[in-house]
Amino acid sequence: MIGARLPRREDARFLTGQGQYVADLARAGTLHAAFLRSAHAHASILRLDVTRARQAAGVVGCFTAADLAGRVRPLVAPSRMKTYRPTRFPVLAEGRVRHVGEAMAVVVAESRYAAEDALDLIEVEYAPLPVIADLTEALAPSAPLVHPAAGSNALVTRTFSQGDAAEALAGAGCVVRDRFRFHRHAGITMENRACLAEHRPTEGLLTLWTSTQVPGIVRDALAEVLDVPAHRIRVVAPDVGGGFGIKTVVYPEEVAVCALAMALGRPVTWVSDRREDLLSSTQAWDELIDAQLGVGADGAILGLSARVLADIGAYSIYPWTASIEVIQVVSFLPGPYRVPHYHAEALGVATNKAPMGPYRGVGRPVSVFVMEALLDRAARALDMDPVEIRRRNLIRPEELPYRSPSGIVWDSGAFHESLARACDAADYEALRAEQSRARAAGRHLGIGLAAYVELTGVGSAIPVSPGADIATGTEGATIRVDSDGGVTAIFGLASHGQGHETSLAQVVAAELGVRMDDVRVVHGDTALSPHGTGTYASRSAVLGGGAAILAARSIRDKALTIAAHQFEVAPADLELADGVIRVRGVPDRSISLAQIAAAAYAGGKRLPRGLEPGLEATRFYDPYFGTASSATHLALVEVDPATCAISVLRYLVVEDCGRLINPLIVEGQAIGGVVQGIGAALLEELVYAEDGQLLSGSLMDYLVPTAAEVPTVEVLHVEIPSPTTLGGFKGVGEGGTIGAPAAIANAVADALAPLGVTITELPVTGERLFRLLANARRSIAPRPT
Amino acid sequence: MPGPVAVRLTINGTPREGRCEPRKLLVDFLREDLGLTGTHVGCEHGICGACTILVNGEAARSCIMLAVQAEGSEIVTVEGLARDGRLHPLQEAFREHHGLQCGFCTPGMLLAALDFLRMHPDPTESQIREGLSAVLCRCTGYQGIVNAVKAAAPVLRGGEHRP
Repeated sequence: MIGARLPRREDARFLTGQGQYVADLARAGTLHAAFLRSAHAHASILRLDVTRARQAAGVVGCFTAADLAGRVRPLVAPSRMKTYRPTRFPVLAEGRVRHVGEAMAVVVAESRYAAEDALDLIEVEYAPLPVIADLTEALAPSAPLVHPAAGSNALVTRTFSQGDAAEALAGAGCVVRDRFRFHRHAGITMENRACLAEHRPTEGLLTLWTSTQVPGIVRDALAEVLDVPAHRIRVVAPDVGGGFGIKTVVYPEEVAVCALAMALGRPVTWVSDRREDLLSSTQAWDELIDAQLGVGADGAILGLSARVLADIGAYSIYPWTASIEVIQVVSFLPGPYRVPHYHAEALGVATNKAPMGPYRGVGRPVSVFVMEALLDRAARALDMDPVEIRRRNLIRPEELPYRSPSGIVWDSGAFHESLARACDAADYEALRAEQSRARAAGRHLGIGLAAYVELTGVGSAIPVSPGADIATGTEGATIRVDSDGGVTAIFGLASHGQGHETSLAQVVAAELGVRMDDVRVVHGDTALSPHGTGTYASRSAVLGGGAAILAARSIRDKALTIAAHQFEVAPADLELADGVIRVRGVPDRSISLAQIAAAAYAGGKRLPRGLEPGLEATRFYDPYFGTASSATHLALVEVDPATCAISVLRYLVVEDCGRLINPLIVEGQAIGGVVQGIGAALLEELVYAEDGQLLSGSLMDYLVPTAAEVPTVEVLHVEIPSPTTLGGFKGVGEGGTIGAPAAIANAVADALAPLGVTITELPVTGERLFRLLANARRSIAPRPT
Repeated sequence: MPGPVAVRLTINGTPREGRCEPRKLLVDFLREDLGLTGTHVGCEHGICGACTILVNGEAARSCIMLAVQAEGSEIVTVEGLARDGRLHPLQEAFREHHGLQCGFCTPGMLLAALDFLRMHPDPTESQIREGLSAVLCRCTGYQGIVNAVKAAAPVLRGGEHRP
C-alpha cells in the first residue's frame, strides 16, 4: 500500500462541486464583513468617522480600533532571539497605518454588497508620513521608523560563521562575487483567504472556520488575543484552496471576525477578494544578497561569504516573526556542497509594504539561486563544465551525516547520484552538442543546473522559524477502531491540496494491516484532533506519517494481545493483514479486527485480565532533528533576444524524498512546485511605487504562469529512505519551488553568455531582459562618434 | 438602489428562478441565491477563470456577468457534469491523471476544458495548453490537467457526451 500510485479520495468531491471551502459554509443569519483598507503606505489617521456608514441600509455594525479596544489584543510574535525586535500588529490600525491595504475599520452587514457600499461612507483624513518603499532606504540615518517603539527598522539580525571565510577568500585562486536581487513575490492561492466565526455563549464555544494551513496555531493565537481559554475555541480548516505558506500566518481578519461574532451575537464571515489578497496577504522574498565564492584551480570550494538584506514589510508576522525568510537564506546558502569556510549575515528591515511571511521554499529558493549562480560563474572562470564543478563539491555519500556550516545535519541524500541521473536522463552531452549547433545557427539555447538540499519534517530540536517561540516539532494522531472494524485516523494536520486523506490512509492501512477502504482520515479540526499545529514546512508526511505509524502500532499490538488471549497463543504467533488476524501457519484459525474491536469494547472475559478496554490510541511523534530532502534540477531554455521571450523547452527533476507513500501525489507536488518556481523566475513580481502604492494589484499585473508558459516536467526518484524518521519518509512539498528559480536563471544566463549577459536579478521579466540585452550591446559595441 | 428583479434560467437542465438586485454578479446569484457553491470566485476581474461555466453552450466567466444578463439562458455548472452518480469522462480523466490538488480551480477548469474539447475534439498538446490558459491553477503545474484533457478527448469524440 505504501508506494502505490493511488488516485486520491478527495477528488470525487472536488470534481463534482461538492468541496466545502469557507465561502460555501452558510450558517443561518450570517453577517458579512468588509474591511476599509489604508490608501496610504504610511500615515497618521487624523479622523476616521464611521457615523454615516453605521446608518447605511443593511449595516449591522461598523468598528474601528477604538470599538474593538478591550475585546482584542494585537498580534505580537515573540522570539527567543536576542537581536529581535517585535512589532505590535493591531487587528485594526491604531492611529497610524504602515502599509497600503492595512485594515483600518470593518463594516458588518447583511450582505457583502451592503458592507462594501457602506465602506464608501466612511470618512478618513490622513496625514501622510515619509514612506520607506525600498529596503536599502530603511537603514539610512534619516529614515523614518516604521515602529518607533522598536527603536530601529532592523527587526532581525543573525550571523553564521564557520572557519575563516575572509582568509579563505583572500587565498583563493578564483573568487566570483556579485550582488543578487530576488524581488517581492505573492503566493496567489486560488482560493483567497476567508473565515467565518460563530459564537455560542450558552455552550461557551467560539468556532472559527478559516482557510488556513494551521488550525492549531490559529486556535492558540485566538485564545491569547481574545482572552478565551483554548478549549473553548474550535478552529476548523475545511477544504482549503491552496496555501503555499501564505495561510500559515495568523491574520488580523481572523481575529476580527471572532471579535465581531462575539460582539454582535451572530455568525460573521469575511471572504477576501483578489485585490485585498494582493494587498494584505503575506508576501515573500524581496532580498538583496552580496555574495562571494572562492574556489581553487581544481574547482574545490574554499570559502563563501554573504550578506543578505531582506524587506520584511510593515509587521513581524505571527507566529513566525520577521526572521522566517531572511535567516533561512543564510542558513541554507552552502547547499549540498562542502564549504569549509563560511561567513554570512542576515538582516531584516521594516518598510511600508505588506508583511513578509513564509512562502513555499522559505529562503531556500533565494539561497539556491545565489549559490548555483556563483558556482556557474566559478566554472566559467575556470573554463570548467558546470556539471564538473558540482561533482567536485557535492557532499559524498560516505561523508553523511554531514554537519553544514550553519549547524544543520544532513542525515542522508544522494547528491551525486541525483546529478548523474539528471545528466543521463537529459543526455547532457547531447544537449551541449545541440546548444553548439543552435549557437552556430544564431539561436540561444541554455542549460541550467541547480542542486539543493533542504531540511524537512523538522522536529523539536530546531524551530521551523529561527527563534520563533512556538512548538513546531511534534504532531499527534488518534486512531480509533469501531466495533464494526472501521478505522478513523484523526490528525492535527490540515491538508490544502496535498491529499492527506489518501496518503495518510495508505500509511495507516499498511501499518495496521487493514484495507484502504476501512480507513477514513479526518484532519483540520482542533475539536476532533489531538494537539497539533498544521501543514507547513514539508512536515506532514514525516510528522503525520510518524504519528500514524506509532498509533497504528499501539492499536495493532493491543488487537493482537486480545486475539492471543482468545486463541490462547502468544501475540508473536499472530499476524494482522486485510483486517483479519490469523495464527501463523494455521490458516483456519482467524478472527476479524471487527470482532476484536467489539470484544475490546465489550470487555469481560473476552479481554485478558487487567487489560484496559477500548481500541483507540493517541500517539505523538517528534522526529527531533528532521531529515534531508534533496534534488537536482535541469532546465533547457531558449531565449529570443529579438522579442525577449524565454521558452522553457525541457525541465527535469531528480529528487530524493525518501520512501514514497504515493508517487502520484509526490510527482504532483514536485511538478506544481517547479511551475511556481518558473513563475518566480520569469513572471511574478509584486511592484511597489516609490510612494508605497502596489502597482501589481490584480492578476492582470501580477502574472501567474498559465498552462501555455510551462513545459512538461519530468520527475525521477532516487529513493533513499530517511535513516532518522519513522517510515523513512521525507518532505516533498516545497522542493520544486526551491530548485526551479536557480535552474531557470542559470539556463538563461547560459543561453546569453555569448552576449555577455549575466543574471543577477529575478524574475527575468521581458522588460528586465530587454534592458540587460541593451546594456550588453552598449558595452560591446563601440559608441558611435 | 433599484429593487430586486426576477431572473429565470435553466441550470443543468432544470428551470430555476430567483430574485436579486440588478447589480448582482451571476456567480454570486448561483452561489448565494441558488445554492450552487461548486462554482468558485477567485478574482472577480475575469482573469483566473475559477468561475467559468457554460452559458448557452459556451464558456463564460460568471464573475464578470450580471445575473440579469443570464435571463432565459441555459447554464451548465460543475454540479451538472456527473449523472446518476457516475462521473463525466472528463472528471474521470482528471482523477486518473491527478489533474487537481486543492480543487479550487477544478470546476472552472472542467467547464473550460469541455468548451475547448467541443471546439477542438482532437487537440494537440500545444492547443490544449493554449486553450486552457484561460484558467489559472496554482497547484498542479497543469501537467495532470493537460494529460487528463488529452486522455478524455478520444472518449468524448467516441461517445454521446454531455452536456
